Amino acid sequence: MSAPALRPDLAAIADMIPPRARVLDIGCGDGALLEHLTRTKAVDVRGIELSQQNVNACVARGLSVLQGDADADLADYPSQIFDVAILSQTIQATRSPSKVLGHLLRIGRHAIVSLPNFGHWRIRLALLLNGRMPRTRALDHPWHETPNIHLCTIADFVALARDSGAVIDKAFALGEAGRTRPMEPDAWGPNIFADGAIFLLRPR
Amino acid sequence: MAETASPRFLRPLAAPAANAGAAISFGAEHPLVLDAGRALSPFTVAYMTYGTLNEARSNAVLVCHALTGDQFAASQHPVTGRPGWWETMIGPGRSIDTDRFYVICANVIGGCMGSTGPSDIDPATGKPYGLDFPLVTVRDMVRAQAMLLDALGIDEVLCVVGGSMGGMQVLQWAASYPERVVSAIPIATGARHSAQNIAFHEVGRQAIMADPDWKGGEYQLHGTKPDKGLAVARMAAHITYLSEAALQRKFGRSLQNRAEFSFAFRPDFQIESYLHHQGMTFVDRFDANSYLYITRAMDYFDLAEDYGGALAEAFVGSKTRFCIISFTSDWLFPTSENKRVAHALNAAAANVSFVEIETDRGHDAFLLDEPEMFATVRGFLNAVSSTRGIA
Repeated sequence: MSAPALRPDLAAIADMIPPRARVLDIGCGDGALLEHLTRTKAVDVRGIELSQQNVNACVARGLSVLQGDADADLADYPSQIFDVAILSQTIQATRSPSKVLGHLLRIGRHAIVSLPNFGHWRIRLALLLNGRMPRTRALDHPWHETPNIHLCTIADFVALARDSGAVIDKAFALGEAGRTRPMEPDAWGPNIFADGAIFLLRPR
Repeated sequence: MAETASPRFLRPLAAPAANAGAAISFGAEHPLVLDAGRALSPFTVAYMTYGTLNEARSNAVLVCHALTGDQFAASQHPVTGRPGWWETMIGPGRSIDTDRFYVICANVIGGCMGSTGPSDIDPATGKPYGLDFPLVTVRDMVRAQAMLLDALGIDEVLCVVGGSMGGMQVLQWAASYPERVVSAIPIATGARHSAQNIAFHEVGRQAIMADPDWKGGEYQLHGTKPDKGLAVARMAAHITYLSEAALQRKFGRSLQNRAEFSFAFRPDFQIESYLHHQGMTFVDRFDANSYLYITRAMDYFDLAEDYGGALAEAFVGSKTRFCIISFTSDWLFPTSENKRVAHALNAAAANVSFVEIETDRGHDAFLLDEPEMFATVRGFLNAVSSTRGIA
């Protein structure tokens, strides 16, 4: 059985994970990344996912996934029990991003966070010209319906990460179709031109 | 009941032999050593099986029943004639597929459907045990099941699954015999009985013991049956199995076969008639002393307590894969209790999945047609089977 190709941003995350690591994926969706890690790197994986259907999909794949959410459930995990804690395209939907990030850095020896960039020039321009909350392909909800209640720019996240006592070991800009290229966290370019970013963090 | 084999030793629950299933009796050389510090010997474990054990003896699924359940999980009940209590879950092509798995379900020790319980004859006295029957625990029930599996030549089960008290047994199995349990599905359960749960059980027990026909537990000797007390116990318990929303949806304030209040203490409301019916039918198939003993076993259950107060300790080093299922409207074993188990398993670095199913049917949901539960169990068992090379 050949597996479908992993989304490029997930592949970039997978590349950062050492073989046989213990990994927690928060907001693991249908488990595509976790299954890939299990198969290719013999990684010991756990997931947390909000949607019951997605949890069922994960369980049917033989993955260990808890139905729950990042805001409520991370507090119950002991410190430092995972090598890597992943929060992929989820932090903007949490009630308390700084607390969630704090837990991530406590639970994992490393944390990987990916997020959409609300500082993209199209979003800036849309707000400037239309005067309405911008909608993009990735963030396609009217402001009153969106689950993404804490959107931020790349620069905003870099500031939060540092305020949370994190060291940024690696950073990647996400481009068209999820393509990734390395970036400097403080460079101004990605904050205007990247659709999103992926960060490899560790507690200081 | 018609079957009064001997007026002295009334055995109202003697099942017709044809549907009674199998039973294994353990003699003096195999006593059941109980937590209460006594040994039960001789004793019998009555059970049913469905499906075929494969050559490798690797496809056994042990189903654990709840407080008032029995071994007739997937076949007609010999007393009531009703379908098995989990026929929606177990059967050919169903989530627990009897075309693939060898399903075993045993009546718990202390029960009244063939496994040794308080209504059986105490060989020491020649009279029914009654309250001389030793107190049993969930761990004792599991010990008896382990001895049954030994007798059947099954070292390892692919899955242990059950809801409510069945889920307690599942957790106990995983803690007591981790090397024998490949996977576990505890449903609508908890690692302990809460104060509220104990309180409801005590109401039920007091109702039974307040019935003059209970006769200090020796009702068999007197040829009586504490049906009224047992029915009240069932009625009180039944309320805890349903959610407020489901009661409102099904019954509301509707009146039963009348347009106006009777201005008397007849069952005016449909919910009253429903509870009366539940109580009345229950006494035909359940023994009052068994009810006392089994509720007590649930009350005593606190898995963390056996491991120094830290639930995670019960599962350290466990290779068992767990899939925990709870229901949103279950207030007897709410999601929080189920999740507590999930978090303990996580802290013990065990493989655990947890699913909360949205429903307004309360605790009873695990016995009902809940497609998401069936899908979860099916997917989980498929994944576990494929890792063990079971077709």
